[in-house]
Amino acid sequence: MFDFSIITNWFNNLLIGCMPEWAAVLIECVVIGVLVLLTYTVLALFYILYERKLCAWFQCRLGPMRVGPWGLLQVFADMFKILIKELISLKGTDKFLFKLAPYIIITSSVVMLACLPWGRGLQIIDYNIGIFFVLAVSSVGVLGILLAGWSSNNKYTLIGAMRSGAQMISYELSLGLALMSIIVLAGTMNINDLVWAQDKCWFIFQGHIPAIIAFIIYVIAATAETNRGPFDLPEAEHELTAGYHTEYSGIHFGFFYLAEYLNLFIVSGIASLMFLGGWMPLHIPGWDGFNAVMNWIPGIVWFLAKAFFISYVIIWFKWTFPRVRIDQLLAFEWKYMMPFALANLVLMAVCVAFGLTF
Amino acid sequence: MNVKETISRICPSVSFEEGECLLVVVPETDWYPLAKQLKENPDLDFDVLSAVVGMDWKDSLGVVYYLTSTSHNWEMISVKVAVTDRENPMIHSVSDLWKVANFQEREVFDFYGIKFINHPDMRRMFLRNDWKGFPLRKDYDANPALNPIPVDDEKHEDETVKYVEDADGNVKEVRGKVFEENDYVVNIGPQHPSTHGVMRFRASLDGEVIKKVDVVSGYIHRGIEKLCESLGYPQILHFTDRMDYMSAHQNRHCLCMCIEKAMGIVVPERAQVIRTMMDELMRISSHLLSFGCTAMDLGATTAFFYGFREREMVLDIFEKTCGARMSMNYNVIGGVMADLHPDFVKDVKALIEIMPERLKEYHTVFTGNIIAQNRLKGVGMLSKEDAINYDITGPSGRGSNWSNDCRKKHPYAAYDRVEFDEVLETGCDSFARYMVRMREIEQSCRILAQLVDNIPEGDIRAQVPKVVKLPAGHWYAQVEASRGTFGVYIESDGSKNPYRVHFQSPCFNLIGVMDLTCTGHMIADLITIGAALDFVIPDIDR
Repeated sequence: MFDFSIITNWFNNLLIGCMPEWAAVLIECVVIGVLVLLTYTVLALFYILYERKLCAWFQCRLGPMRVGPWGLLQVFADMFKILIKELISLKGTDKFLFKLAPYIIITSSVVMLACLPWGRGLQIIDYNIGIFFVLAVSSVGVLGILLAGWSSNNKYTLIGAMRSGAQMISYELSLGLALMSIIVLAGTMNINDLVWAQDKCWFIFQGHIPAIIAFIIYVIAATAETNRGPFDLPEAEHELTAGYHTEYSGIHFGFFYLAEYLNLFIVSGIASLMFLGGWMPLHIPGWDGFNAVMNWIPGIVWFLAKAFFISYVIIWFKWTFPRVRIDQLLAFEWKYMMPFALANLVLMAVCVAFGLTF
Repeated sequence: MNVKETISRICPSVSFEEGECLLVVVPETDWYPLAKQLKENPDLDFDVLSAVVGMDWKDSLGVVYYLTSTSHNWEMISVKVAVTDRENPMIHSVSDLWKVANFQEREVFDFYGIKFINHPDMRRMFLRNDWKGFPLRKDYDANPALNPIPVDDEKHEDETVKYVEDADGNVKEVRGKVFEENDYVVNIGPQHPSTHGVMRFRASLDGEVIKKVDVVSGYIHRGIEKLCESLGYPQILHFTDRMDYMSAHQNRHCLCMCIEKAMGIVVPERAQVIRTMMDELMRISSHLLSFGCTAMDLGATTAFFYGFREREMVLDIFEKTCGARMSMNYNVIGGVMADLHPDFVKDVKALIEIMPERLKEYHTVFTGNIIAQNRLKGVGMLSKEDAINYDITGPSGRGSNWSNDCRKKHPYAAYDRVEFDEVLETGCDSFARYMVRMREIEQSCRILAQLVDNIPEGDIRAQVPKVVKLPAGHWYAQVEASRGTFGVYIESDGSKNPYRVHFQSPCFNLIGVMDLTCTGHMIADLITIGAALDFVIPDIDR
């Protein structure tokens, strides 16, 4: 499998060879920053089109068809429109917090994106508590939502923000517990080590029953974490018009919009990392020929394909299910999901302790 | 026991006028005791207040009440109460006997300025609080300078007034507030994605739980009843398509029936069958829309498209025969506007063939979904007693197990020669109302299947004089529209314009139960309840 660190090391050596080390690090940081933001935008645009096309097919429609072939350029037109729209400032809002909120949200999701392993050696932030760091950063996003809802000085946004606070804090528990089951199995929180631990066989197969339960819990909790249907209560458009971002316009609204789509990719990416081997190809122990063929497919393709597949499932949820109500949402989490996740963690620990894993 | 004898025994001061149904003329002072007897006396037992029609007879102002007795074979009587004081007309309210009168009397107050004594909340229903004059009075000054287009917010929108009568018979004005001082009031509408139009609710919340809902209506009121008074009969037909646009055929059918009844026109068989079929197609279209909107209000957008996919077939049928997909303008006095399109039979057959399979698909994608069931079941309970008391007819009333189908109770057009079941559900909640609609689609298909091969040949309309004039008198006709019993009251003085037209729309009663059904539920349930009651705003704001 191609090791991308060959390129990064070559680039690093090239820079160090002609300038002091601090300058080289600075240039690398800038290059990486630009690359991350570019990836972020391109992915977000792709996801908007992906969801629009998918939902159109679910609904016996064609989706965007007019701009570009099969409507491929529609998202660029939409983004361009959002960029040139006026930022409306409202009376009675807390101006500073109102403007700060979208940046908090977008920052948290960009940092999470930077943690994902795209391929062998193709990862930006990698250290020993990687997955823990991702979870910690994801919690910052809810702060942005709360601030947005509160600072808008609007009753709908406030209700949306309160719902979102209750929802995200609740579902973070089962999300964390589901991931914890896998950490128990892997014995590491380092993202790179997590991927390598799945060299022989993915965690969802290694951990069999508890891992599959953890996977289901994770996908449900992740849907709730990203405020997507059937858990899209914070922005329940039929009740609260647009929930916490009702009052935003222009690129500030665009930030919420992009972050929402990117968070979908990020939770799918984490699912692919924790359960489906990240960029690791499908390896079946003993089938060496098959494994060698699988290795020919680049890691980045594996990673994206897995992430897009999980996103597809989550999008499928959204366009099939009706929305739950806030009391049902919380009851579901605290009465069913969290006890299940806890019991599953114990089950996983037992399996690992007695060596009942593959 | 004869109703007439019983009434004259209870209240000797009444006089009677015979007409299509018995008219009881009662002096204002005796009205409330008589009303109490009419409702509570088991020999009379008029438990449904079907219509409240404000009237201005120039020398007096008053109200005509239409009462129906569900226990006595849906017999209907009307009661006329009039007062001569034009400056400060007052009539006793019956809103404590029939809850439906609450909003109906507010409408009469709004348009005629008749104050109802002991009414709990005597605000205007449709017009702004600062409106000068009462538009449906015959001496109303329509000078636009009196009521310029307002550019500022409405003042005192939270204030209400009551006229309370003490033991000595003195009436006193008592002012109050709609909401309490520290209520957290959320405004839902008039521009909101799921109020299904320009409707406004003010809901006071405790957390997410609704404490009270105040309905603010009138944002798209067009004054159709006032407009009718200055137009000829063939001209006023067009308004009916624009009230409940999802019951366009039925509404217009009702008005035509009322005029035909007054003129004694016999509608040809072919036209009767065509009207029946169009009514049922309209009902299918309306219930499919309702299915789609209920699903969408609950967040299931895909189901919405499924509903619209089949509705498209119905609209295509309308387009071919009537030339329009909305506001069809198809029924005319004496029959229908145009003959059926050659494809009509083929298209209807295709529709009724495809529907059972598609209904199964709807149930798979939405009805059977556990989230949908949890959202609908037990939400918005409306007991049978309340449904009768608030006169909630149509699928919403039948979801409370109240058998009230006009097509069965007073068959009209071709309904007496087709077999169909009146769909009833016992759940009394939003799910029951939803299920009634879904099952009514099957029944409508059944009616269509019986008629589609048996459309008689012949004229599509009767010979009608060029200038339509009704004899002096008054008439009331009812049909089963998609959302309940739609009634038309016409009073004529013999000229070619009606003296008074009143449209008794089912949706107006539906918003009357919003407060009752929503209280104690969550804000998300308000949307569910509204979707399951399925009101159409132009039908409320006529």
